[in-house]
Amino acid sequence: MKARISLLLGSLSAALIAFALASPRVVAADKVDPVADAKAFQNFFFQKFPTVKHEDFVNGPYSVNEDMKRQWKEKEEFPPYEFALDAGKEMFSTPFKNGKTYADCFPNGGIGIRQDYPYFDTREGKVVTLELALNRCREANGEAPYSYVKDEMASLTAYMAFTSRGKPMNIKIPDDPRALEAFENGKRYFYSRRGQMNFSCASCHVQSPGERIRAETLAPALGILNAMPIYRSEWAGMGTTSRRFVTCNSQTRAVPLEPQADEYRDVEYFLSYVANGLPISGPGARP
Amino acid sequence: MASSIRVRATNNGDVTEVQALIQHPMDTGLVKAPNGELIPAHFIQELKFECNGKDVFVANWGTAISKDPYVKFSFKGARKGDEIKISWTDNKGGSDTTTAKIA
Amino acid sequence: MSTTMSAAMKRTLAISMLLVASFALSPARAATEADYKAAYATADAAAKEAAGLRNQWTVTVTALAAAKKAADGGDFDRATAAANEAEALARASIFQAYSEKEAWKAMEIR
Repeated sequence: MKARISLLLGSLSAALIAFALASPRVVAADKVDPVADAKAFQNFFFQKFPTVKHEDFVNGPYSVNEDMKRQWKEKEEFPPYEFALDAGKEMFSTPFKNGKTYADCFPNGGIGIRQDYPYFDTREGKVVTLELALNRCREANGEAPYSYVKDEMASLTAYMAFTSRGKPMNIKIPDDPRALEAFENGKRYFYSRRGQMNFSCASCHVQSPGERIRAETLAPALGILNAMPIYRSEWAGMGTTSRRFVTCNSQTRAVPLEPQADEYRDVEYFLSYVANGLPISGPGARP
Repeated sequence: MASSIRVRATNNGDVTEVQALIQHPMDTGLVKAPNGELIPAHFIQELKFECNGKDVFVANWGTAISKDPYVKFSFKGARKGDEIKISWTDNKGGSDTTTAKIA
Repeated sequence: MSTTMSAAMKRTLAISMLLVASFALSPARAATEADYKAAYATADAAAKEAAGLRNQWTVTVTALAAAKKAADGGDFDRATAAANEAEALARASIFQAYSEKEAWKAMEIR
């Protein structure tokens, strides 16, 4: 009888402790707390891959696959994005017809600023990505905008990322309810299943990084945008963040949104924010 | 216009290791453009590396080589400071040449 | 052979008779242009709803295009079948869009 009571008391206290542990989480889920989200997001990957150095997550699949990493290190001596990088450098310094340059559109002349993008524009009330800012710069100077997915846009962002290599991602969420909303929308987009395959971004890049999907090794979501733009051997060319989102969508058999749609801008904002503190490694090379 | 060839050659006393990256579409002639028409074959036929007047690496290529090909090989008999000359010609008569010093 | 049949054989026979019957009836059930038009209109409306939810599936678009193509070729059986498939896919994508409004939280890292 006595043993039974103590058992009962024991389980009651265990339940109370469990409740006490669980309840702050429930509260946290109901209000938007980007700081806590980023911490939880990073911890998830740090615990899943305890041997991977934190700053190494920005190297995608190479961070979690030793064999691929060896091959990639050799490739990095002569990276396939080199031509795009040179082209980007030349384009960046070539003036527009009106004599102005890209440098006039960006803080610090556009050098070493990749880590600050995307940012929340409090005047527009929306997220502004680097690709968007580049095309707005072109249009403001009377030039036709570039395609968001590859070629010139990828070359330009490759050069801008290269000048920012090693700088920690530094995304800010200003004190504006719309910025919090953009972050929350991006988070929801990231975790929502879509397409006939019923996959969310997280199905692959949170639940299965390091695992194979057909012949590819999936990259961890943490720091995945720090390496953008990328040269993908599969594409035999460069691709931007927009291209990555669009192709991920169509692979799940969802009709992709238009590049730089609000949803894509928000998910880029979310993914970049949770990678705050991790270094820029772009332009990257992926199989 | 920058050269279509990037070279890096290093000598460790005995062996010279050469790496090169060449920008070329390497079209096979079997792929269709978005408008449905075949993209005509356009590929490097001969790639040559010369050092001190001697051929050290000659390749007869076809359409099975990838776009923007990368080549790596090593050879003996060269010294630091020697010049290495790289040239390619393609099936449309295009060509390019560049030189690099062995480091 | 005896006249006795096992239960399984009886079932097989019954199914094959049903199949034969359905084949025999099929000419009478061939889809008309009107059938196709009705099926396509429903499918198209469902697809538009999915697109409005920003959750269109590529396979819905493909099935709708296949329906149109078959109808242009006068094959209304195939066109109607494709339109019905498109509608089913569109409905599934609509269901997905609504259920994910809450279900996404299950995957969230906290």
